[in-house]
Amino acid sequence: MLTVDAIDTFIGQFHILEGVSVEVPQGSITVLLGRNGAGKTTTLKSILGLTPPRSGKITFQGKTLNGRTPYQIASMGIGYVPEHRAIFKELTVRENLLIAGRKRGDLERNIDMIFDLFPDLKRLYALPGGNLSGGQQQMLAIARALVPENHLLLIDEPSEGLAPVIIEQLMAAIKRFSQDRTVLLVEQNFRVASRLADHYVIIDDGHSVASGAMANLVHDEALIQRYLGVA
Amino acid sequence: MNLRKALGNRGSTWLLIAGIFIAILAFSLFSAGGNMGTFAITLLSGLLRGMLLFLVAAGLSLIFGLMDILNFAQGAFFMVGAYLAYDVSHPSGGALTAGAAIPDPNLRFIVGLVLAVIVGGALGFVLERGLLRPLYKRPLFQLVLTFGVSIIMLEGIKAIWGGTPYIWTERLVAQDAQFFVFGQQFSVYRLVIIVVGFALMAGVALLLRRTRIGIIIRAGVQDAEMVNALGINVRAVFTLVFVIGCALAALGGGVAAPFLGATLSMGNTFLLASIAAIVLGGLGSYEGTAIASLLVGLGWATMEQFSVRPEVGTVVASITPMLMLVVILLLKPSGLFGEER
Repeated sequence: MLTVDAIDTFIGQFHILEGVSVEVPQGSITVLLGRNGAGKTTTLKSILGLTPPRSGKITFQGKTLNGRTPYQIASMGIGYVPEHRAIFKELTVRENLLIAGRKRGDLERNIDMIFDLFPDLKRLYALPGGNLSGGQQQMLAIARALVPENHLLLIDEPSEGLAPVIIEQLMAAIKRFSQDRTVLLVEQNFRVASRLADHYVIIDDGHSVASGAMANLVHDEALIQRYLGVA
Repeated sequence: MNLRKALGNRGSTWLLIAGIFIAILAFSLFSAGGNMGTFAITLLSGLLRGMLLFLVAAGLSLIFGLMDILNFAQGAFFMVGAYLAYDVSHPSGGALTAGAAIPDPNLRFIVGLVLAVIVGGALGFVLERGLLRPLYKRPLFQLVLTFGVSIIMLEGIKAIWGGTPYIWTERLVAQDAQFFVFGQQFSVYRLVIIVVGFALMAGVALLLRRTRIGIIIRAGVQDAEMVNALGINVRAVFTLVFVIGCALAALGGGVAAPFLGATLSMGNTFLLASIAAIVLGGLGSYEGTAIASLLVGLGWATMEQFSVRPEVGTVVASITPMLMLVVILLLKPSGLFGEER
């Protein structure tokens, strides 16, 4: 569904990604793993055109994304849940969701599904986003990506800074909506990643160094220890 | 527990606004020497000044909030509006004689206002699309560019209309109609501007609160990149807001022309006062800008009344917006409704 082929991305003068390749099969959850600063977030931003790659090729459903603006790429059916949520704090929960719709009636069509996944949002619907707790803001950020008809969701560090009970709720929600959507996830928490993902790609110091089925990675302690530092 | 904690941040802001308003009212009454007629006229003049400031400052604030551009040319748009409204209304007095085909002066004035809005919006479109867009990643260059454009517009006006100030001579029906407050007369036209100003203020607020484009603009003020990542063409929204902002400023100049005339200094006077209003209201906050425009307008008119006294001098009135800015920023450094940036 999504192919990232040997991209090089610079931020200012810094060469952040050096030949990163990622393959995301349709209907799967693929996770980008790696240490802090390895280039995982930049990979997501490069896909969406927020930090466009200087070389290499990105294709989504057979169409090339290179040269398109972020809003054009998002409009092709790619939802983005950024690190630190980036919800609009002065907008209400309803307005945060409403703004994400691309076609008339998107919110009305999907609001029951969203409330079913995240019941908390129903009672918080009229409150400003800034009044929500960290976990609720994360739910809102994910819900926002579910309002339009997105075929691929890019989700960056959904468990960051959240209590274990909230992480469990989010994992359950991601598992449920991924049944009819493809997900590319960035996750530092290996336990969370291993339970959610079907496939993995390890990024280390701007390079994609390993990839495959998650079921194989969980048994490869040497690889885990080497690139992720998890015992 | 201190007052801010007890009231919350918003509560303390409203308390501060109420305090400033009461202080202005008290000083205005003192400046009027207790004469209720003079007091009422000063307040009405202050509201009028506030509305004109709002028309310049609203665009300035929305453009800054959304695009991080302080448009120094905003005052020049105000001036363009005034010259166009004057010219169309005075077929034999302006440079373009654009209104010669319309016999009724009231209709000429309305056509002049429409032309001012169209020309203001069109020039804003050209400025944003043609000049500012290539510089979005260079904020300092944008600042210098808008300053340069304001000079070019000033010179353009000088080339078309010359340097001599124009004094409005055509009489409009609403100008001739007067009403009395405590024995003092006030023009109906000025009252109409106050009412229309309030209507515009509420209209823009409704646009921002109730419509999808308004929600997008408010979201863009907070995080334009995220709006873009949602699949919304933020650049098109930038253009729209810029055009609306410039058109509003030109409309402000147009409606001010019947009593301020058309002069080369009017743009800078209103630009500086508007910058004071948007900083005082809190950068990027629409409601802050609206309230601050009214407060600055009232303070300005009050000081003009005060400076009528020979021992004071008129210079005090002209520095009022900046004085108010300094005092309020000392009390609340981020402005009335602003967030730390």
